[in-house]
Amino acid sequence: MTTEYNAVIAEFDPIIGLETHIELGTNSKMFCSCSAQFGGEPNTFVCPVCLGMPGSMPVVNRVAVESTIRMGLALNCSIVPWCRFARKNYFYPDMPKNYQISQYDEPLCINGYLDVTVATDDGPQIFRVEIERVHMEEDTGKLLHAGGAGRIHGATHSLVDYNRAGIPLIEVVTKPILGTGVLAPEVAKAYVAELRDLMRALGVSDVRMEEGSLRCDVNVSLSRPGEEWGTRTETKNVNSLRSVERAVRTEMLRQADRLRSGERIIQETRHFNEETGDTTSGRSKEQAEDYRYFPEPDLVPIAPSEAWIEQLRGTLPEIPSVRRARLQLDWGITDFDMQSLVNAGALELIVASIDAGVQPAAARKWWTGELTRVANERNFELEELSVTANDIAEIEKLISAGELTDKMARSVFEGLLDGEGSVSHIVSKRGLVVVNDDASLIAAINVALADAPDVAEKIQGGKIAAAGSIVGAVMKATQGQADAAKVRTLLLEQLGVME
Amino acid sequence: MSDLIRQSAATLAAAIARKEVSSEEVTRAHLDRISEVDERVHAFLYVDPEASIARAREVDQQIAKGELSSPLAGVPIALKDLLATKGVPTTCGSRILEGWRPPYNATIVDKLHAAGVVSLGKTNMDEFAMGSSTEHSGYGPTHNPWDLERIPGGSGGGSAAAVASFESPLAIGTDTGGSIRQPAAVTGTVGVKPTYGGVSRYGIVALASSLDQAGPCARDVMDTALLHSVIAGHDPRDSTSINAPVPDFVAAALNADVRGMKIGVIKELQGEGFQSGVLERFNQSLEILTELGAEIVEVSCPHFQYALGAYYLILPSEASSNLARFDGMRFGIRVDDGKNRSVEQVMGATREKGFGAEVKRRIMLGTYALSSGYYDAYYGQAQRIRTLITRDFEAAFSKVDVLVSPTSPITAFKIGEKLDDPLAMYLNDIATIPVNLAGNCAMSLPIGLAPEDGLPVGLQIIAPAMADSLLYQVGSALESALVDRWGGLLISEAPSL
Repeated sequence: MTTEYNAVIAEFDPIIGLETHIELGTNSKMFCSCSAQFGGEPNTFVCPVCLGMPGSMPVVNRVAVESTIRMGLALNCSIVPWCRFARKNYFYPDMPKNYQISQYDEPLCINGYLDVTVATDDGPQIFRVEIERVHMEEDTGKLLHAGGAGRIHGATHSLVDYNRAGIPLIEVVTKPILGTGVLAPEVAKAYVAELRDLMRALGVSDVRMEEGSLRCDVNVSLSRPGEEWGTRTETKNVNSLRSVERAVRTEMLRQADRLRSGERIIQETRHFNEETGDTTSGRSKEQAEDYRYFPEPDLVPIAPSEAWIEQLRGTLPEIPSVRRARLQLDWGITDFDMQSLVNAGALELIVASIDAGVQPAAARKWWTGELTRVANERNFELEELSVTANDIAEIEKLISAGELTDKMARSVFEGLLDGEGSVSHIVSKRGLVVVNDDASLIAAINVALADAPDVAEKIQGGKIAAAGSIVGAVMKATQGQADAAKVRTLLLEQLGVME
Repeated sequence: MSDLIRQSAATLAAAIARKEVSSEEVTRAHLDRISEVDERVHAFLYVDPEASIARAREVDQQIAKGELSSPLAGVPIALKDLLATKGVPTTCGSRILEGWRPPYNATIVDKLHAAGVVSLGKTNMDEFAMGSSTEHSGYGPTHNPWDLERIPGGSGGGSAAAVASFESPLAIGTDTGGSIRQPAAVTGTVGVKPTYGGVSRYGIVALASSLDQAGPCARDVMDTALLHSVIAGHDPRDSTSINAPVPDFVAAALNADVRGMKIGVIKELQGEGFQSGVLERFNQSLEILTELGAEIVEVSCPHFQYALGAYYLILPSEASSNLARFDGMRFGIRVDDGKNRSVEQVMGATREKGFGAEVKRRIMLGTYALSSGYYDAYYGQAQRIRTLITRDFEAAFSKVDVLVSPTSPITAFKIGEKLDDPLAMYLNDIATIPVNLAGNCAMSLPIGLAPEDGLPVGLQIIAPAMADSLLYQVGSALESALVDRWGGLLISEAPSL
C-alpha cells in the first residue's frame, strides 16, 4: 500500500457500494426459448421475441425466476410475495425494443446480507455486506464497431449481434458499505469473489468472467470523519476481481485529490480503463436520461408461494463459507493459509485439481506458489491462466513417476501459458526428460568430483552436507534434467559413504 | 347457392361442409366483390387474390378428405393490418412499416389457418390503431358503405367496412378503447371486444398492451360467436391470456333468452353529448328487452366521467414505449441521406417521416406522462382511476346481469369533419373506453337507423370479465326481436354500392 493511499485513509472515510450484473446459466433466454449459450455466429440465437419484432410478446423463464429466488435465499434476503417487471425506456440500437425489461421499484428479493472475509495483518476480518435487492432483467445485444479500431469514435459503421439480447441477468445491489476504512478495495473484491462463488455453488451460473458474464458497477464516495456522506461516482463495467479492487482504490485517490484541492465531486458515471487502471468521466448523472419506468403490461406479476420458496430453500447447497471451513479442516491448514489461498482466487482451482487426482498439498503448492507468482507477473487472475486442474494432475503424475522434476514442471507451465499445447506436447517439444540413466549420471558425478577433489574428502570424512555442491554441479551439467535425489544417492554410493 | 356474398358465415360454412359450394367459389365471389367496390370503400390495404384462391383450394381438398371439421372451414375473412402475417405485408396503417413482411404469424392467424378460414387480405385502420375514424391511416381513409362521404369508425374502420360492404362475411378487429365496437355501431354490423386475456395478443402489434384485445366482426351475432370460438383460448406465448376453458359462445347465442334477467342502464352514458336519434333507438331497444322479459334497472357508475382522462394517459404512456422499437434499425423504412448521420439522427428522421400527426401527438403525451416527477400525477393517478372504474363495474354487476348503453354517442360523421379537433374525436369512445380500462367484455350490435340522418345506431352490451357468453345470449335475443320487426338484418337496408 502506497503512502499516498494511507494518507487518504488518514483523512477520509470511504463508502462503497456495488451493483453486480451476472448472466444466469439457463438453457434459454429470459423471455423466449432461444438458446442462451455464449457466442455463436452473430444473430443465430434469435427469434421474433428477442428481436423485438412488432407484436411479439415476452414469457418469463421459470428457471431464471427460480435461480433468482435461490440466489436471494442464499443471500439471506426476503422473497417478496408479489412483484412485477418494469420497462426501462431508452433508445439504443443494441436494444431491440428500445426498452429493457427489468425490475424497478418491486424487486423479487430484498434486504439480505453476505459476510465476506478479508485477510489482515491481525488475521481474517469479517465484514457484513448488506444486500438491498436482487432482481431480474434481460441483457442487451452487442455492438461491433467497424473501421474505427473497434471503438465507436471513428467507426464507419456498426453491426449489431442480438445473440446476447434477452439473456437472463440478475442484478445484486448492496446497501452502502460503511466502516471498511483502509480495507475498502479488498472488501469490494472479496464481496464480488464471494458472490461469484455463491452463484457457482448454487449452480445458477458458472460466472465466466472472461466472457463478460459478470459486470460490476462500483460506487465510491469519500467524506471526512463526522461530515455528511460525500457525492458518489459510479464506475461502470468493471469486469474482473482485480479491476474491482483497483477501481475502488483509483477512485478513492482521485476523489481525495479533488477534495483536497477544494474542488467538488461531480455525481457521474465513470469508465474504468483495464489497461491503465484509471477511471475517466462518462456522462453526468445531473443530465442523466429519464428511463420512464412503468410496470411491464405484457407480463403478469410474479407471486411466489410460500411452498415454492420453501421447496427452493431445500435445494440450497452448502454455502461457500461453510464449505471453506470444512475444507480447511480436511487439509489441516491455518486460517491465514486458507485466507491467502481464497484471496489469491485459488480455492476452486485447488478443489478442482484435487478432484482431478492431485494430492491436496501438491495442489496448494502449485496454485499458491508458482502459478500465483506467474499470474501476478502477467497481471491475470489465477482462473484466467490457461492452466487447468487436469494439467496439474498430469504434471503431478509425471513427477511421481520420476519423469519430471519440479523445475521442469515450471517449464511446462510456461509452455502452457504461452499456448504451446498440451502437457505431453510441451514435455516432448521442450525436451524435458529426467536423466535416469545411471551411467551418464555417474559420469557427470565423476567429472564434478574431479573438479573439486577436496569435497570428496570432506564427504568421506563425515561432512555429508557437503554433497550438496556436487549435486548442484551435476544438476547444472545436466541442465536440470536429472533427479537431484537420485544424484545424491549415486554420489554417496560412489564414495562408499553410508547415511 | 345464389348471392354468396350476402350469406352469413354460418350459412356459408354449412353449405361448404355439405359440398353444395366450394370454398374456392365463395372466396372468388368475395374477391370479385372487393375488386368491384373496394376502390370506393378502401377497406383493404392488401389483397392477394391468387394466394387466397390457392388457400381456398387447399381447404376444399382438406374438407374433401374429411381432415377439416371446424365450424368456419372454407369461409373467407379479412384481417386488420395490425396482425402479424408471415410473409404478408403488415403495416399497421403506418408508413413507417411500409414493406415489412413479418417472419411469423400472430397466434390468432395460426388458429384461423388451422380452422380452414381463408384470408382475403389486410384491412385499413387508423395508424397503429390510434383514432376513431380510420382517417389517420397512412394510406388514406376508408369510406362508410352507408354513405361514402362518411367515416366507418375507427380504428378498425377497414374491418367493419369490409363486412358492411359484403366484401367479407367475417373480419378480425382489435379494440383498445372501442376500435371494434364503434366501427360496428356506425356501419350497422356486430363487433365484440372479448374479456381481456380471452384472445391471444401474440403477434398483434401492441398499441396499449394492458388495453388491447382482438375480437370478431360480422353482420350478425351468431357469426361473431362462431369466430370468437375459433380465436379464443389460452396461448402459452401470451402470459396475459386466460388459462381456462373457452365457454360455448355458440350455445349461448342459440339460447337467445333474457327472461328474468336484470339489465342495467348506465346513468352516466346517456343525455348530454348523445345524438337524439341514438337515444331514441336506444330507448326503443330497452322497451324490446322489457317485452322479452328482462327487467331494466338504472345504475350509476360515478367514476366513468374520469374514464376518458385516465385512458388518454394510460394509452399514450404504453404506446410511447411500445412504439419505441420503430426506429428504422430492424424493419420498415429507414430515412438515411447517406451523409454519415449518427444513429440518433437516423432514428429521429425515420420516426419524423414514418409516423403521422396523431401518433406523434400520443407518443409525446405518453413520454411526458411517464417522465420522472410527473409519473405519479399522471400515470399513477390514471391507474387509480382505473381501479375505481373497475369497482364501479363490480358494484353494478352485483345488481344486474349485464349493462347496456349506446355504443357511440353519435352516428357516422363526415370525413374531415373532426380531423382538426382531437378532443371531439376522442369523445366518440366515451361509452366504450370504460370496458377496456376494467378489462371486461362488450358487444355492439345494430339497433336501427337514427331518424334524423338515416345512419346506423349501435347498442353496447357489457358483461363481467369471463362472462362473454352473456353478450351472445342477450345480443341474439335482442337481434332476433329486431330482425323480426325489420324482416331481415339492418345491413340489408344499406344502399347498394
